[in-house]
This record gives sequence, C-alpha cells and structure tokens, in this order.
Amino acid sequence: MNLDFSPEDNAFREEARAFLADSYPKALREKQERGEPLGKEDYLSWHRILAEKGWSAPSWPKEWGGTDWTPTQKYIWSEEQARADTLGILPFGVAMLAPVIYTFGTEEQKAKFLPDIRDGKIWWCQGYSEPGAGSDLASLKTRAERVTGDDGKEYYIVNGQKTWTTLGQHADWGFFLVRTDPDSKPQAGISFLLIDMKTPGVTVRPIITLEGGHEVNDVFLDNVKVPVENRVFHENQGWTCAKALLAHERSGIAGVARSKRGLERVREMASTELADAGGSLLADAFFKRKVAELEIDLTALEFTELRTLAGESSGKGPGAESSILKIKGTEIQQRLQELALEAAGHYGAPFLGEGGHNSGVGPLHSIDTAGDYFNGRKTSIYGGSNEIQRNIIAKMVLGL
Amino acid sequence: MDFSFTEEQSMLRDTVASYLADNYSFDQRRAALKAEPGWRPQVWKAFADELGILGAAFSEEQGGLGGGATDNMVIMEELGKALVVEPYLPTVVIGGGFLKHGKPAGADELIGKIIAGEAIIAFAYAEPQGRYTWSDLKTTAKKDGAGYVLNGHKAVVIGAPYATHLIVTARTGGGQREAQGVSVFIVPKDAKGVTTRDYPTVDGFRASEVYFENVAVGAEAMIGPEGQALPLVEKVMDEAIAATCAEACGVLRQLHEGTVEYARQRKQFGQPISSFQVLQHRMVDMFIQLEQSISMTYMADIKLNDSDAERAKGVSAAKVQIGKACKFVGQNAIQIHGGMGMTDEMAIGHYFKRATMIEAAFGSTDHHLARYETLSLGKAA
Repeated sequence: MNLDFSPEDNAFREEARAFLADSYPKALREKQERGEPLGKEDYLSWHRILAEKGWSAPSWPKEWGGTDWTPTQKYIWSEEQARADTLGILPFGVAMLAPVIYTFGTEEQKAKFLPDIRDGKIWWCQGYSEPGAGSDLASLKTRAERVTGDDGKEYYIVNGQKTWTTLGQHADWGFFLVRTDPDSKPQAGISFLLIDMKTPGVTVRPIITLEGGHEVNDVFLDNVKVPVENRVFHENQGWTCAKALLAHERSGIAGVARSKRGLERVREMASTELADAGGSLLADAFFKRKVAELEIDLTALEFTELRTLAGESSGKGPGAESSILKIKGTEIQQRLQELALEAAGHYGAPFLGEGGHNSGVGPLHSIDTAGDYFNGRKTSIYGGSNEIQRNIIAKMVLGL
Repeated sequence: MDFSFTEEQSMLRDTVASYLADNYSFDQRRAALKAEPGWRPQVWKAFADELGILGAAFSEEQGGLGGGATDNMVIMEELGKALVVEPYLPTVVIGGGFLKHGKPAGADELIGKIIAGEAIIAFAYAEPQGRYTWSDLKTTAKKDGAGYVLNGHKAVVIGAPYATHLIVTARTGGGQREAQGVSVFIVPKDAKGVTTRDYPTVDGFRASEVYFENVAVGAEAMIGPEGQALPLVEKVMDEAIAATCAEACGVLRQLHEGTVEYARQRKQFGQPISSFQVLQHRMVDMFIQLEQSISMTYMADIKLNDSDAERAKGVSAAKVQIGKACKFVGQNAIQIHGGMGMTDEMAIGHYFKRATMIEAAFGSTDHHLARYETLSLGKAA
C-alpha cells in the first residue's frame, strides 16, 4: 500500500493547477462569484477549452480522446478543479452516454457522436425517469413501435412522458429508455434510443423546484419518429446499457473534492459570522464540533473512494461499492448545506429568487444558503434513492 | 393532571380551522404570495370581524375574550396547519405581549386597534451582527429633550412590509452586548426617518431591512423601564417561541400526515411504498417526533407563567425538541415523497420550508441547547 504521490503525480498537479489558473474564463468566474444563474454558453465554453487541451474526457479510451490518466491523476484533477472552484463538465454526454456508445454502439454511432460529445458541441439530456416510476426505473411506460416509413426506412414511433430531465431546456439531443416489447418482463423489452430534441412531437416543459429554480423538466413525446439507426445496442436489450450507465452515474456522485472545498467554504463563512458568545461561529463549541465530525466523515468517504479507485484500476468494475459512495457522498453534501444555512442565521431567510444576487440583503455568503439546502435534498433521491442503494448493498454485498 | 382544552378553546380551534379550510387552500395561499402585497388584508379583517380571534388572548377589560397563552397556542397550531402568513405572531403574540407586560402609555388604545385589525406590528430586534443575542445592539436611542432619537439597522424584520407599527430594541446606554442599557420603543412605521427595504422570505412571508435615521419619538414611545428592558424582551420572546412551537406542531402534523397519505398511494415495484418496512419505521420515527413536540409545546406553555429561569428553561427545551423534529420530519417527508417532494407545485415542500425556517427562528437548536445548559447547570459548570 502506498498513498504517496510520485514526482510525476506532483508534476501533473502543478500542470493542472497552472492550466486552471491560466485558462478558466474570467467572465465565468466573476459570474459564479456574484452567484448569477448560468446559461448554456457558460457551461459549454469551459467544456470547449478543456477539449482543446485534450482534457474534456479523461476517462475515455485513448483512441476517442481519453487521457490515459492513472486513477491517481484523475483524483488529482478532480481535487484541483474543486480547489479552483471551476464548473464541472456536464456529465450527461461525457460521463454517462459516451461510455455506453463506445462500449455498445456501432462504428457509425461512435464516429457520429463521440467527437461532438468530447468537444462540447452538443448538449445532451437524459430520458430515464418517468412519472410514477422513480427509483423503480424498469417500470417505465414510454412506448416505441417499429414502423416502416414512406421512404422505405425503418423508424420507431415514440409516445410517452419523461420527467426530472435535468437542464433539458438546453438539450440538443437526449438518450432515452423506451419500451419496445410490452409483453416481456420489466427489464427485458427496453431499448436505448438517441433522440434529436428538435424532432416534431418533442415538448419540454419546466418543473419549478421548491427553492424556486428551473433545473428539471418534463419531456413529452408525442408520435416522435426516430430512425432505427439511432438505437444503441440490440432491440429489447437497452437495460444492459442502462445498468452500465447508472454505474457510471453513481461513481461520480460521491463528490469528495467538491465537498472538501465546500467544507473550506463553511469554515470561511463561520469564521466571519459571530457566535452568540461573541467570538466567531467557528469558535462556538457546538458548531466547531459539527464541522470536525463532518471533516472526519468526509475523510472516511475519501479513503473509501480511494480504495474503490484502487480496486477499479486493478480490474474490478464499479460495483455495489458505488452505492456506499452515493449514500455517504450525498449525506455529506446535505450536511454541508445544513451547516451553511445554520451559519447564515437570520440571513438564511431572505428569498431573492433567481438573479437575486444584486440585492445586497445580508452578506454575499448567505445568499444561496437556503436555496442550496432545499435544492440539495434531491441528492439522496436521484440516481436511485439512498434507500434503493441500501437495498443494493443488502442484496449484492451482504447476500440478504 | 389535565391536558384537555376548555370548551371555549375547542370552539376557538374549530372556528379557526373551519375558516381556514374554506378560505386558505394551498392554491389560494400560493396565488396571494406571488402577487402584491404578498398577504391578504381581507383574511386579517376576517380574523378581526368574523372570527374575533385577534382578541382571544387579551383580557376582557382590554376588549378581548379573556384568554391567554393557551389560546395563542391553539390558534398558532391551526395557523401552522394552513401555513398562514398573516401576522398573528408579530402583532398579537409579540406586539400584544409587549403591550400587556410593558404597559406603556396608550397600551389599551393600541390593543383595541389590534383587536379591531387596524394595527399591525412587526418586531425589529435582530441586527446583522447580533445573531441570537438580543442584547447585541448597535441601534441607539439618544435622549433628546423629553423624547429619544433612534439610529440603526435592523435585520430580517418579519412582517415589516405590512406593519403599521414597529417595536424596536435600542441602546439607551451600555456597551454593544451588555444586558444593561437595552430599551424598547414603539414607532409608527411611517415616522420620519424610517426606511425599509422589503423582500419575500423563503417560507412565503414578507420581511424588511429596516433603517432608522434620526427618528424622533416622544417619551411615551418607550415600553418598559429605560435601559432595563432586557428581561421584558426575554419574556415576550419566550412567549413568541412557545407560540412558534405550537405553529410548528401544526406544520409537523401536516408533514407527517401528508407523507403517510402519499406513501399509501404511491406504488413502486408493484406495491404501495408504505409496505416497505424501512419506510414504515421512518414514518413511525416521524410520528414519535411529532408527539414529543406536542408534549414539549404543552410543557412550555404551562411554564410561561413560572419564574423567569423556569420559563426560559422550559421554552428552550421545547425549542430544541421542535428544532430537531422540524429537521427530521421535514427532511424525511421530502425523501419519502421522492422527486415529487422537490416540486414547487406540491404543498409538502412549502411545509418543509416553513419547518426549516422555524428551526432558526428566535434562536437555532444549538442556541437553545446552550441556553438550557447554562440555565440548568449554571454558568460555572
């Protein structure tokens, strides 16, 4: 066992740090610091800069633009990005869809989609969840019937509704799970389709979440005509793709590096807020203790993730261990949000809505605390709720 | 031992509940909050004229119905169930509390206006630096002839946008955090030199940053003894906290019942999610938190007329229980609702937001735990 960083690792860290300092767009940083809502271009501009550097898809195979980084380098990269407070790259294309395409897709699909995903030219959204399905993903009802078009080509006609489609309002394309065989068992009879969001019959409707933000959407599919060549992998075997994708979704969910940075931010905040006793809140016995306990739990999560990474690099795929990372990672994120809201005191209450950053009510560090706290409740629900993750561990690890 | 309510109190509860059932649906509330002025004066008028509840907790000599803290508790629980934003707490409980206990000149006249629904009060106590220490005041009231001149900035004053009067804590002497030198004033909101910056709060109320710039008031504006008003502030605050605990019981009840109801209907893996043992146990724990909160609210209510130390201990203990319950019940209500709980369209999220804001209202759970420790074990321990 060796957890030291090699001279190469340290050199890589220097390079990453310098690159982030030099290349991260100034205008974007200022916007983030003022807490302004970000648009499509904000996300994609950083993606393109990373693509130019060749770092937009570190986990991919080298031939499609991956970096061949060691797990340690990937870890260093995530730490440095968190330290620099950069936006993350949106996961839908790079982290979720692309592995499905390069693992299960045809050569044509790889050539058509992978370069655009890598270079941040297309905005992807995920069409998995459905009303009434939730964590019981396989109960999805959206139907796709195969027909021959007037042009003699084969199409799927898709009808149904997807929901919780994150940032779907910006999407150019979406990857969808649809039922192509209604008569088989729930997991069988599902296919994995790529749908151009501009196709007639696709409607995106905003869902406003309890903190007042617009992040998720309903997507309605009404007789949407999808060419058969946009299906990834075999008909009725889309569940195989879905499972592979979910494992990737979960492995990114721990968010250790971001939580470490979040903890630093809570410390900074608590060092300027005053406690009842008159000193800083960070000197308050109760608050200090909660920060310390959180830091210890975060360390435990970090080393659990490192052990998982080490296991992966020796050939074990992400398995039920990713459920541990999801549960603990999201719990820690939520506790951080709780502490920030607590630190805000009275100034957690003002609701300034989207774009409320210019209001000047209370200190800048308090402005997003309530919104972040309420929005953050989703993390223990999405990607398979934490109850479902515990079921997975119970079944797959403990054999119960 | 008797925890039952009097016939009058039960009638009061039924009156409020039935009015709110008819006039305060989630959709009606939502529409009112989104529009200006962000509350419904006609509801307030109905509280005064149709229901007569604004006088429930005042004595008969003052024109009220002769009730007290228990009546406030009964009303606040019902207001909590419907997430009422109209300013009963700041006007009747806090404003009325200062007028009853502080007995300033003209108190009875103002109480009459409160009962009639004509006077609305907001309590400007917090300051940006002060957190939950009520004596941490930079706002000053300097003696000027027979009256005083106020200067300062008050933070997050709930209800100020629709108030007619502000009750303000200010220093007439002493250092910034000293117990000595704290005085309380009542100031008409339209007094010269009072400016506000109004905004909504996350739980649907309206609040203001309130600025006092050379605001001149007469001697009759003072409530309680000059420079010695901190015990009065503590007493009224404790009554406000007890009332807020009662409101929280209403909120928690809705969070719990709404969740149980949803879990019975929502199906996953071919069965209602209420059949999953892990969720059953969670809902049982939520229920236990609710019941413990109701018990502690009664306890705090009973102790409101005890000695200062006993009252403060009881109220802080209740607030600690309520704070924990608001977090546990609120978070789990959202979790069990899944994605639906995250939407603005469902009422459950709005109850969760109110529960979360109650956690911090008038002192966080940690604040009250520390206060209880000090009162219970003594400062030296």
